[in-house]
Amino acid sequence: MFSANTVIGQTGAFAKEKPREVGFEFKWPAQGLTSIPDWIYTSPEIYEREIERIFHGRTWNFVALEAEIPNPGDYKRSFVGPTPVVVSRNTDGAVHVFENRCAHRGVEFCRQHLGNNKEFVCPYHNWTYDLVGNLQGVPFKRGLKGEGGGMPKDFKNSDHGLKKLSVTTLHGVVFASFAADMEPLEEYLTPQILEDFNVVFANRKLKILGYYRNELPGNWKLYHENLKDPYHATLLHSFLVTFGLMVGGSKNGMITDPKGRHGTLASAKPDNVASMLDDATKKEMRNYREDFKLADGRFLDYVREFDSPWSVTMQTIWPNLIVQRELNTLGVRHIVPNGPHSQIMLWTMFGYEDDSEEMTRHRLRQGNLMGPSGFLGLEDNEAIKFLQEGVRRSGPGAGVLKLGGDTTGSTTSVIDEAAIRGMYKYYREEMGL
Amino acid sequence: MYAGYDMQAVDAKSVRELRHEIEEFHTEYCTVLDRAALDEWVEFFAEDALYRVTARENADAGLRVGLVYAEGRGMIRDRAFAIQHTQMFAPRYMQHFTSNVRVISVEGSLVKAQANYLLLQTLVDGPTTIHQSGRYYDTFVRQGGRLLIKERQCVYDTVLIANDLVYPV
Repeated sequence: MFSANTVIGQTGAFAKEKPREVGFEFKWPAQGLTSIPDWIYTSPEIYEREIERIFHGRTWNFVALEAEIPNPGDYKRSFVGPTPVVVSRNTDGAVHVFENRCAHRGVEFCRQHLGNNKEFVCPYHNWTYDLVGNLQGVPFKRGLKGEGGGMPKDFKNSDHGLKKLSVTTLHGVVFASFAADMEPLEEYLTPQILEDFNVVFANRKLKILGYYRNELPGNWKLYHENLKDPYHATLLHSFLVTFGLMVGGSKNGMITDPKGRHGTLASAKPDNVASMLDDATKKEMRNYREDFKLADGRFLDYVREFDSPWSVTMQTIWPNLIVQRELNTLGVRHIVPNGPHSQIMLWTMFGYEDDSEEMTRHRLRQGNLMGPSGFLGLEDNEAIKFLQEGVRRSGPGAGVLKLGGDTTGSTTSVIDEAAIRGMYKYYREEMGL
Repeated sequence: MYAGYDMQAVDAKSVRELRHEIEEFHTEYCTVLDRAALDEWVEFFAEDALYRVTARENADAGLRVGLVYAEGRGMIRDRAFAIQHTQMFAPRYMQHFTSNVRVISVEGSLVKAQANYLLLQTLVDGPTTIHQSGRYYDTFVRQGGRLLIKERQCVYDTVLIANDLVYPV
């Protein structure tokens, strides 16, 4: 069910979506980072501030993979925050990003997910733009012969191009920013995050395997939290534990950058899970079942194709990108915020150009773990939806983040919420909360 | 249009007989899924079956990813098992409608056909919504007098999924 179809909306005495009374201030709970107020997930005012300060602010936003637009004239319809943009490859090979909004009347002119063209034409009044976003032509600019009309004499095409964004690429991944003076992407990502980012992207040409798209009826930050929350992995995802992909006692890590905005949830697949679990641990994991066996376990195989101690790295790159390396199934998830109660997830799954047919099929089989119908993926979507419904329909209240105390940043224990707290430490500074 | 399903290459009499048989197959298949009897669902597939659910944008572009991708009845059985025993999701009812069965070709024991499907989802605390509008592109194999799925490509037009797809199509 799309969030637009929700029958039971907010209830109770606390109208979280209504404009606040004059003088109302969003005040973070006195407990600090161990307490997360509901209104960061439900308030339209907070959402608007996030768009302005985060997605339209000093951030690098994922917009495309170069492998999706390999040739001159190729383009992709994409988003920076909720704002529609076009990612376009010019005749000289350079990638440009501009708003998908005609400079004339605001028409969202580009309608195809992917395509190739020589110029962009707004269908309403046929204003044309080149592959860089410059206005090329305005029909009847000088009016009709003998009848007048047309643009004023001082109208210059160069004043009416599409709004252009800053663009940077790294190993075939394209980022854009509304800020004109962003620091280099490597500096933005930091060495802590680059290490595992490079494992997936450096020196390998990607081969696109396809797309999933879904609306997730939950606030966009919940997806970041989910992947900065190693605690949930072995509890919600009984599949991971039951079939030996991850247990509390195996080698795991939650790595964050110094600012706390990016993260890498990493784990190393144990060789034999059953032998690692003592009875006390099994008892804590109520979903663990020793008697479950797969009929065809091939899709859990791990081909050691990477020079990395981790078999799984799930990277959250602030503010809108997830890089998924779950064994051999690879993909990026592009988060498009869609109001406080919803986000659109755009998944691009890929392998590498030099994959054998069998490796491609292995990735396709393993793809069953993730995505909106994945053994793990759909559980996250359900849990995030439930959380959103909880904070939307009850309260007001606050979430409790006390695992591991009140520390922030990287941890080696999975029973810790320090990475979520670290993210909100950074968030509060950016948002002035 | 899915590659290989554009031209009909079978005589009118065979079409009439087979269409009826395939419609009965869909009716039974969908009834089992609407009951969420996933163990029985597995039995509609041949041992070496390929089952994929994918968005139309992937099918049109020849991209191979599956929202669900199972090679062989073992993987199909594992999915049925995971849904029944390991997965967490909100309770829901599903209802399938099939129509426009089109027999494409008959070669030996193999029958190619397509059909439209409509998948309705009812979250028990919400309205009934159209979860997917799509097409089955099928290859059936006749074994022991009955048709089994050798390949089923479920291609959905509803590219933007409402949160997730829990049960098979």
